[in-house]
Amino acid sequence: MQAGSAMNEGSDILLRQLGAQFPRLSTSAFRGQTRIVVPRDELLELLRPLKERFGFDMLVDLTCVDYLHHRDATDRFGLVYLLVQTESGRRLTVRVYVNEPDLSVPSVVSLWEGANWLEREVWDMFGIRFPGHPDLRRILLPEQFTAHPLRKDYPLQGRGERHNFPVLTRSQA
Amino acid sequence: MPLTPLDTPRVSPLAGEDYLWTLNFGPQHPATHTTLRIVIKLDGERVVDAQPDIGYLHSGFEKIGEHLDYNQYVTVTDRMNYVSPIANNVAWHQAVETLLGIELTPRCRYIRVIVAELARISDHLLSVGAMGLDVGAFTFFLYAFYQRERIYDIFEALCGARFTNSYTRVGGLMHDMTPLVVEKIRAFVREFPATLHDMERLLNRNRIFVDRTRGVGVLTREDAIHRSVSGPVARASGVPRDLRKDEPYLAYADFDFQVCCAAAGDCFARYYVRMAEMRESLRIVAQAVEHLPAGPINVGPEERAALPGKSAVYQTIEGTITHFELVMANRGFVVPCEEAYAAVEAPNGELGFYLVGDGSNVAYRARCRPPSFLHFALFPHLIRGHTLSDVVAVLGSLNIIAAELDR
Amino acid sequence: MAVDLPDNVLISNLDALANWCRKNSLWPMPFATACCGIELMATGASRHDLARFGAEVFRFSPRQCDLMIVAGRVVMKMLPVLQRIWQQMHEPKWCISMGACASTGGVFDTYCVVQGIDRFVPVDMYVPGCPPRPEQLIQGILDLQEMIQRQGTVAGEEFAARDRQQPKRALRELPILGQSPELRRAR
Repeated sequence: MQAGSAMNEGSDILLRQLGAQFPRLSTSAFRGQTRIVVPRDELLELLRPLKERFGFDMLVDLTCVDYLHHRDATDRFGLVYLLVQTESGRRLTVRVYVNEPDLSVPSVVSLWEGANWLEREVWDMFGIRFPGHPDLRRILLPEQFTAHPLRKDYPLQGRGERHNFPVLTRSQA
Repeated sequence: MPLTPLDTPRVSPLAGEDYLWTLNFGPQHPATHTTLRIVIKLDGERVVDAQPDIGYLHSGFEKIGEHLDYNQYVTVTDRMNYVSPIANNVAWHQAVETLLGIELTPRCRYIRVIVAELARISDHLLSVGAMGLDVGAFTFFLYAFYQRERIYDIFEALCGARFTNSYTRVGGLMHDMTPLVVEKIRAFVREFPATLHDMERLLNRNRIFVDRTRGVGVLTREDAIHRSVSGPVARASGVPRDLRKDEPYLAYADFDFQVCCAAAGDCFARYYVRMAEMRESLRIVAQAVEHLPAGPINVGPEERAALPGKSAVYQTIEGTITHFELVMANRGFVVPCEEAYAAVEAPNGELGFYLVGDGSNVAYRARCRPPSFLHFALFPHLIRGHTLSDVVAVLGSLNIIAAELDR
Repeated sequence: MAVDLPDNVLISNLDALANWCRKNSLWPMPFATACCGIELMATGASRHDLARFGAEVFRFSPRQCDLMIVAGRVVMKMLPVLQRIWQQMHEPKWCISMGACASTGGVFDTYCVVQGIDRFVPVDMYVPGCPPRPEQLIQGILDLQEMIQRQGTVAGEEFAARDRQQPKRALRELPILGQSPELRRAR
C-alpha cells in the first residue's frame, strides 16, 4: 500500500496528463492512494481513456457512500470506482458525486464487465440508477422489497419486513 | 413473500424457445455450497443459459459496520468468508490500520502472516475437498477435513475458538502466541506434506476426476481481467497477480515463496493451483515460525490504538492517557475524516475494505469488496454449452462462499 | 398419525419400540446456510463422527429425512424456502435450531435476518453457540433422542400437544448497544 517512488512519479505524470484534458478534475492523495473527483457528465469520457490509453484494465470495486450524516459533506451520494493496472499494479480511485432528485450515473458495463453485478448492488442498496446497464434489478434483496437499506435514513433493524411472514405451527405442517 | 420466480425473459434471448427446460438449482441443494440459486435453461442435458439468483444469505454486514466499533466489527468479519475467518480479520484490520496510519510491530506482522497462511491452507482444503465431494470423491473430502481439524486445534490453542476467531485488534492482536502453539504449528508443518501427497495421489491423475474437470469452464486471461477476477481463479487463467508479491503487506516481503499460476483456466487448473498454493503456504509458515521475532505484539501507547498492559497503565503517564482515551465513552481512536482502501490476498482472491472515517471510532461506511461476488458473476459465462453435471464441477472450482457473496 | 389407539401396555411397548427405532435412525437434513454449516460438516466428518449415533446419511432431499438441522442464519429471502422444505418433510419430523443465528438472530439484528426461526417454524431443540462445537451439536442430538424416547407415541399425540403452544409473538425490539452517533442522538 505504500507506493514506491516510481509509482508516485507515474501517478504524477498520469494526473498531469488527465488534468490537462479535464480542467474540472480535482485530485488528492491519502496514505499513498491517489483519488480523482470528476463531475458526473465527464465520467465516461474520463474512464474510457483510463482503460484504453492508460491501461487501467481491472475494475476492483464500484461502491457508493451516503454522506447524509457526514460532517464534511457537500453532496448526498458519492460513487467510488477503484481501478488497477494489472501490469504495473498502480491503483487509482475515481469519485463522482450525485444528488437527489437526479440519482443516475452512466453505466460502465461496456468498459468492464465486472461492473454488471456491482452496479446492480448499488441500485439495490442505494437506489442509484445506471442508464445503459443491460439488466438493472435487485440482486441481494427480494424483488418485493421497497426500500434501499444502506441509505442512512433507513434503520438498522428495518421497518418490519423481516418478520412479515406466515407462521407454520405443528398442526399445519 | 413466496419464493420469487426469476424474471428471465428480460435477460435471456431464448425466452421464446419452448423446448428448453428450466431447472431450479437451489437454494437448498447439497452442491450449492449453502444458499446459492441458479436457474438453468437446459436443452436436454446441455446448459443453454444459467442465471444466478443470490441474496439468500444477505445479512446486512455493511449496515452493521456503521454501528460497531473498529474492534467490535472484527467479530462480524469472521462470519464473512467463514472457511478462513482469520484472513478476514487480517484484511479488516489492515484497512483500519491504513486509515488510522498505524505501523505494526514486527512480531505482530509475522504472527498475522502465520495465521493468514494457515487460514489459506484451511480454505483451500475445504474448497478442493468440497469440489471433490461434489464430483464424487468422498475419501478426499474426509482427508481434507481431518487436516482442517488439525488447523482448528492450532487456532483453538491460540485464540480459544476453532474458527470465528476474531484474533486481530487495531494495532495488534488479541494475545500472543504461546510455546504450545508454536509446537503445534511445527508438528503440522512436519506432518501436512504427507497428507497433501496422499490427496494428490487420489485425484491428480484420476481418470474420472480429470475427465470431469479438464476443459470444463474455461476462463481466458482477457476475460479474467475484464470481469475483475482475482485470486486462484485468475491465477489459473494466467493472470500472475498476487497481492503478497505485487503490493507486499505485513511481512510477506521477508519470505521466499512462489506465486502459483496455470495457463489452462479450466476447473482442473483451478484445483491444481489451489493444491500448489497449499504447499507454498506451508513453506511460508515454516519460515515464519522459525524466524519469529521477539518483542511486543501491540503497538506502543503513543499510537493511541491498542490497550497497554496494566504495568504501563499504572506506572507511565503515556499508558494512563492511552487507557483513558480508549476506554472512556466519548473518546476512542484518532480517526481522520478520510477514505481509504486496503486489500489483502485472501484465499479466495482480493479481499478489500473501503473505509470512510468520520472522526468517531465507528466507521461511517465499511464496504467489503468480496471476491466471491465477482466470481459468481462469471458463472453463466463459464457454463454455457456444458452439461448439467459440469455445473457442479464449475461451481466447486470457483469456491463461492455464500456469506461473502451476499454479506 | 390419525389412528385412535387405546392406552394399554401393548401399545406402550409398541411406542417404546417405535421410539427406539426412530431415535436411533434420525436422518438429518442439513439446512446449512452459513458458518454453522461448516461445523455441521465437521460433525459429520471423521473426527466427530455423527454416523455412530444413527445419523448415517445426510440426505438433502426432504422426502427422505426425519430431522431438519437449521444451521446458520436464515434471512428474509430464505425463510419461504425453509418453510417449504419443512412442509415437504414427512411426519414424524423434528427440527433442531443450531447456533445463535437460527435460534435468535445471533449477532445479526438487522433488517434482513429473521430473529429466530421458531417465530415461523416449530423447533424442538436449540443448540446455542456461535458456532456450536461439534460436541455441542452431538449433545443436542442425543438430547433430542432422549426426548423422542420419552415422549414419542405411535399416534403422534405429542405433536398435537405442541399445537396448543402459542406462536411466538414479536418481542419488543431492543436497540443494540452501539456507539454510532445516530443511536446516541435517538436515545
